[in-house]
Amino acid sequence: MTQLPNGWEMVVGLEVHTELLTKSKLFCGCENHFGNEPNSNVCPVCLGLPGSLPVLNEHAVELAMRIGMALHCTIAPSTFHRKNYFYPDQSKDYQISQYDLPINANGYLDLPDGSRVGIERAHMEEDTGKTTHVGGSGRLAGADRSLVDYNRCGVPLVEIVSAPDIRSSAQARDYAAELRGILIATGASDGRMEEGSMRIDANVSVRKAGEPFGTRCEIKNLNSLRSLQRAIDYEALRQIELLEEGGTVRQETRHWDEVMGETSTLRVKEDAEDYRYFRDPDLVDLAPSQAWQDAVRAALPAMPAERRAAVVATLTTPTSAQLDAVEVVIDLGLERFVHAVVAAGGDAALAISRVANELAANPEQATSLDVASFVTTLSMELSGALSATQAKDVLATLLANGGDPEAIAKAKGYEQMSTDSLGAIVDELIAANPDEWGRYKGGDDKLAGFFTGLVMKATKGQANGKAVVAELQQRR
Amino acid sequence: MKTAQQIATAVTTGASSATAEVQASLAAIAARNDELNVFLYVDGERATAAAAAIDERIARGETVGPLAGVPIAIKDNLCQIDVPTTCSSKMLEGWRPPYNATVIDRLVAAGAIPMGKTNLDEFAMGSSTENSAFGPTRNPLDPARVPGGSSGGSAAAVAADMTTISLGSDTGGSIRQPAALCGIVGVKPTYGLVSRYGLIAFASSLDQIGPFSKTVTDSALLLEVLAGYDPMDSTSLNEPAPSLVAHVNDGVAGKRVGLVKELYEGSDPEVLASVAKAADALREAGAEIVELSIPELSLGLSAYYLIAPAEASSNLARYDGVRFGNRVDGADVTAMMEATRTMGFGAEVKRRIMLGTYALSAGYFDAYYGQALKVRTLTINAFAKAYAQVDFLLGATTPGVAFEFGTKTKDPMAMYLNDVFTIPTNLAGDPALSVPFGTGEADLPIGVQLLGPGRSEATLLAAARVLEIADGRP
Repeated sequence: MTQLPNGWEMVVGLEVHTELLTKSKLFCGCENHFGNEPNSNVCPVCLGLPGSLPVLNEHAVELAMRIGMALHCTIAPSTFHRKNYFYPDQSKDYQISQYDLPINANGYLDLPDGSRVGIERAHMEEDTGKTTHVGGSGRLAGADRSLVDYNRCGVPLVEIVSAPDIRSSAQARDYAAELRGILIATGASDGRMEEGSMRIDANVSVRKAGEPFGTRCEIKNLNSLRSLQRAIDYEALRQIELLEEGGTVRQETRHWDEVMGETSTLRVKEDAEDYRYFRDPDLVDLAPSQAWQDAVRAALPAMPAERRAAVVATLTTPTSAQLDAVEVVIDLGLERFVHAVVAAGGDAALAISRVANELAANPEQATSLDVASFVTTLSMELSGALSATQAKDVLATLLANGGDPEAIAKAKGYEQMSTDSLGAIVDELIAANPDEWGRYKGGDDKLAGFFTGLVMKATKGQANGKAVVAELQQRR
Repeated sequence: MKTAQQIATAVTTGASSATAEVQASLAAIAARNDELNVFLYVDGERATAAAAAIDERIARGETVGPLAGVPIAIKDNLCQIDVPTTCSSKMLEGWRPPYNATVIDRLVAAGAIPMGKTNLDEFAMGSSTENSAFGPTRNPLDPARVPGGSSGGSAAAVAADMTTISLGSDTGGSIRQPAALCGIVGVKPTYGLVSRYGLIAFASSLDQIGPFSKTVTDSALLLEVLAGYDPMDSTSLNEPAPSLVAHVNDGVAGKRVGLVKELYEGSDPEVLASVAKAADALREAGAEIVELSIPELSLGLSAYYLIAPAEASSNLARYDGVRFGNRVDGADVTAMMEATRTMGFGAEVKRRIMLGTYALSAGYFDAYYGQALKVRTLTINAFAKAYAQVDFLLGATTPGVAFEFGTKTKDPMAMYLNDVFTIPTNLAGDPALSVPFGTGEADLPIGVQLLGPGRSEATLLAAARVLEIADGRP
């Protein structure tokens, strides 16, 4: 995180757009699916053909309510407006969006560091199509022609608008990461930023602590957590430099260039379009019944914060590395497996570490992994029967083919090395490295690692690290 | 000339055939369409094939439906698969929809045979059909005069006996006004009673599809077929469709009728006389006439000319040359859109898009669109207050009879004022109809208007039937 100079403070609010994981689009029955042949998921409604009319997708409403409930919002009677502007990827030349009366308002999101970010609203709207400019520079100006794919047109979105409560780029990143976890947990979104199913705009301004908010700039379409953090830092420093040179910040929309690592003007406020919002007369007011709301609330799964706390509770004195591993376990959705392992007598810290590191590549495989076998592998590692390297290898085999961990270890030749043969190797290596041994004897504990490394090399990783250290201690 | 009901009965019983009815309709269209410009597209081939299929089904003993073999004319702002649909605009010339409006599906399921698409004011914006990009429709009763609008083609089709029934759409009077000017019956149903799916929108919160016919009973019959919940239209009323034909002879005995000053004041003397005689006829049939004043109704026209253009400015944005309809090339996408819209839209459409865009603009929204919405609420409340005292209202449909071409085209306000009596109902979303009653200047027909609370179609049709009989059409 960049430290801001001279008592400056940044003020950040985020607008997160997330595509909802519905089967069909927001106002028609077309499939909501990424990656199909262009213009194959279209119908008269999402193509905006004359005479067609929108009908609201109830499942989208349910997912929107789940997001609102997870963010502690009030679910309120709401309406849909038309946002009018001409653009070819907009099939009706207006976008249907909630405006002054959103379905979700006035919530908050608590971050792992204990800070709280307010949620102003989380409203529903439809996505636009996608334009590809062919020829010329590849941008609209100068292109030979433009091709429009309407498959995404009408895909349901929820836009989550935070209050300007964020004070650092790291906090912005944490907010986005936590929100992403919530969106995935609710089943509302797959959270895939690289596919555009979660997109972030950041409103950034700076001020001296305690002063009123400064003029803000909006940075559009940040599509990774890293971009988000970098763009906010860049933008805050740009504004500070401007102000310290006696300039003023102009309210504008800016573009983040990932390669150059800088933001640049996209359009200034004076050019902002007048969207002529008005209630869409083709749609009726949306007022989910209390019974419907209650049913959605009752079916809401546990959110990441709660799940995280439950996993952390299995650790006695969690280290920061262990907390990071817990985070990975939650992201992978594997905490139920961890709880089962702990219940079956497995060591929690080791279980969390192995799950976070060894199952990350293929979390689906974990669902077929036998809990008892996993616990046995952990026990073998803890007892010294297997080295860490060996234990990971046994685990990989278990994941791929299943089986009995002891038999697998035996088949791989991971038999525990006898104390005698280990002692002989240790003696040999001490004799070959008298200087290092002298320093170790003189109290330099770091040299234990040097000797352990040599032993591991000599035994091709079959020795148990703890046993090696014990042998060294004996000879000290 | 048979009624739709009589045709359906004759076709069903074998006294006639769908094929014979379609041939008769095609002959009537051929006889006068060049002169009157009623149909923009005559769908002879498909209609003939549909008739043959119905005749086969009847020969096999199948039940076809309440409109078996009845030819019907369709206003050209309703989508029908593969049938050119233009809204009388150059913008959509040559466009063929890939889907049917719900009302087309319902008509076909009932055995009706769409004969083709009728002329209208471009995008249903107008009161004379003079705003069509494909030339005006002439009034069959006097070809020097307008048939009214915007559904002028559909009204003229029935008046010229090309079909016995037709479909129109009514945003501010576009069914009732041409019905009055052509001397036929026209009904604007309760908002939401008939699905708008496939009706090319002018002003979504006001548009409603409805029937034209020579007789009140035929309008009841057609409206029964059209009405009913449609999941494709979010504003569709999720209630059972009303029973109308069974109640058409229920009369008006014991009904209280409000004779509303604001719904006839300023009309031609003959129109005033017709309204007074209609009140007498209802009284003689056992109704009680109550004279009413609803001052809020005089604000309706102003509110309408902000709300309807505002919605239209957004509804018509999609005609940008990108996906369908005509395109005029430009140096870039913005230039292409501008050139397309400049070429594709006529003067009245452009005027209303500009009005509506202005009314919704930042800084003007509250003073114009916002204020108009308040007037709309006032209108709704004023009607509701009136319906707490009376069962339905009586007034004129238009201030005068059919006017001659060009007399109101120079002054948009004069044209707009022709809808002053019909507009308030659209703002309220309530039903209203026009039924011929008496004649005026040059022996041309006069229509009187009956207005009722939401879902009172059966009451209004029964009252219209009373007037029909009193006017000499038993």
